[in-house]
Amino acid sequence: MGRYVVRRLLQMVPVFIGTTFLIFVMVYAVGDPVNAMFGDRAPDPATAAQLRAEFNLDKPLWQQYGLYMGKIFSGDFGNAFNGQPVTELMATAFPLTIRLALVAVVIEIVIGLVLGVLTGLRRGRPIDSGVLMLTLVVISVPTFVTGTVFQYLLGVRWGLIAPAVSPAAPLGQLLLPGLVLALVSLAYVTRLTRTSIAENSRADYVRTAVAKGLPRRRVTVRHLLRNSLIPVVTFLGTDVGTLMAGALVTERIFNIHGVGFQLWQGIVRQNSPTVVGFVTVLVIVFLLANLLVDLLYAVLDPRIRYV
Amino acid sequence: MTETLNVSASASTDPKPAPPGNDAKPAKGRSLWSDAWHDLRRNPLFVISAVLIVVLLVMVAFPSLFTSASPTVGDLTHHYQGKPNYSHFFAEDWFGYDTQGRSVWARMVYGARATVLVGVLVTLFVTILGGLVGLVAGYFGGWIDSVLSRITDIFQGIPFLLGAMVVLTTFTEGNVWVVITALLFLGWTQIARVARGSVITVKQSDYVHAAKSLGASTARIMFRHIVPNAVAPVIVVATTALGGYIAAEATLSYLGIGLAEPTVSWGVDVSAGKDGLRTAPHMLISPAIMVSLTVLAFIMLGDAVRNALDPKSR
Repeated sequence: MGRYVVRRLLQMVPVFIGTTFLIFVMVYAVGDPVNAMFGDRAPDPATAAQLRAEFNLDKPLWQQYGLYMGKIFSGDFGNAFNGQPVTELMATAFPLTIRLALVAVVIEIVIGLVLGVLTGLRRGRPIDSGVLMLTLVVISVPTFVTGTVFQYLLGVRWGLIAPAVSPAAPLGQLLLPGLVLALVSLAYVTRLTRTSIAENSRADYVRTAVAKGLPRRRVTVRHLLRNSLIPVVTFLGTDVGTLMAGALVTERIFNIHGVGFQLWQGIVRQNSPTVVGFVTVLVIVFLLANLLVDLLYAVLDPRIRYV
Repeated sequence: MTETLNVSASASTDPKPAPPGNDAKPAKGRSLWSDAWHDLRRNPLFVISAVLIVVLLVMVAFPSLFTSASPTVGDLTHHYQGKPNYSHFFAEDWFGYDTQGRSVWARMVYGARATVLVGVLVTLFVTILGGLVGLVAGYFGGWIDSVLSRITDIFQGIPFLLGAMVVLTTFTEGNVWVVITALLFLGWTQIARVARGSVITVKQSDYVHAAKSLGASTARIMFRHIVPNAVAPVIVVATTALGGYIAAEATLSYLGIGLAEPTVSWGVDVSAGKDGLRTAPHMLISPAIMVSLTVLAFIMLGDAVRNALDPKSR
């Protein structure tokens, strides 16, 4: 197990370097950050040259990238163009988004698994077709539509909740944004669980468990569900990264100043250090989440061993 | 959002129980495709989605069949953001007016063209590019596969919407081609993975070994023997993804960096409508309904095609 983890961590290195280099090229080489700082006006050549030197923009691209990465590993993500350290932005943004993503993941797991098990055990019945149709509709409606409509109805029209989240973002206020963020993934979790449960419910070990006289609940939860979870866990692992970035839309609707909000601002204002810094952290989160998923397989299915 | 759509598109199989009766049994010698077609025709999901898509395509080709109003001519004597009149079917004020006094219904009809163009062309390019990468990686294997798979991993590491946004900000104008480039840039990885997996399975078939031992050229084996047999999963994923690209176009516009006026598109109207949500919700909801219906149609089509092509479901 220890060796497996080390090997996987080593395999991540090239992907990490490649992805960060790609985003670096996209942000720094294709756009001109110094021009972006001056908006529509042309910058004074001397000032521009000084800024280029300060941000290492006068060096060749691979060298810029090397210098940038070197600094990142000493904890220096550079300054946003307004002089604020990017790490400072991260310190306020990440806790918010992690809370939001956690709320979303919990909603996904609880509702998705329950619906998936219910429908998977009742294939072809009205409840199954109904939920299936509902998941199709949920997947089809873009997040910005569900978000704005919920916000309008619940927050503005009926006044049941606060239409925007306050800076402190207590859990109660994150419930609706979390649900909006989770909705599409929730539909996928439901469908994956349903397929998996339906497939496994005819397995021999289920028949054995029933024949042994185990209570229905125990058969479903301990035997059937546990064996059906692997595709769902795989999906959730890749979903963590998506949720953090998918918060782009949700955070804008509910005015949450998290990762998505900072990224949106960074991209629209071409604030390159912010964008590259945040994406670098997101890539690490994404890679680690995938490793965690692979390790969880062994917990779910003892036949899987890592050497 | 598209990302989640992409990730699990290939995983969420929902095999429908095969219809009972003898007629459901595939006759001997029928090909995978005619068999699938046989299955499709009796699937209500397919029929609904096909009808929706046909109506949409007619809308794209002949928008004037649906409305006589112009999508670009505004008349401010109409009420500013005039309320919709849902009983006036197909009339100019069916879905009300927007800020410029233009008919929202006309814009819904004419907006189909840009949006569908983006969806179809992105899917086409993504399938070609991703398909080629997957074909080469899967067929040659070895170090070529390793290199191509790592490159795919690298592009997949960047969240889809985020990457598209970064690409879009480097262009100054928001026309159809710019949006297509942005979506293509990160979109191809999903197809590449599916195609690679499918090619690896097909490569081990006897007929491929036979063709090889008969001395067929690499190109011939790849395009005459492997591609026709490996294309089914790719088509399924591409169909579902088409809906995803249409949703992505609208989402990018919502975030303020997709297509822009003077292009008439649902995304443009969505982004114009979001500011007036509280006073004139119809301006956002109407184009959003069109987006949702279109995405729904393509996702249902993808689902139905998958069920028809999946031999396990019979």
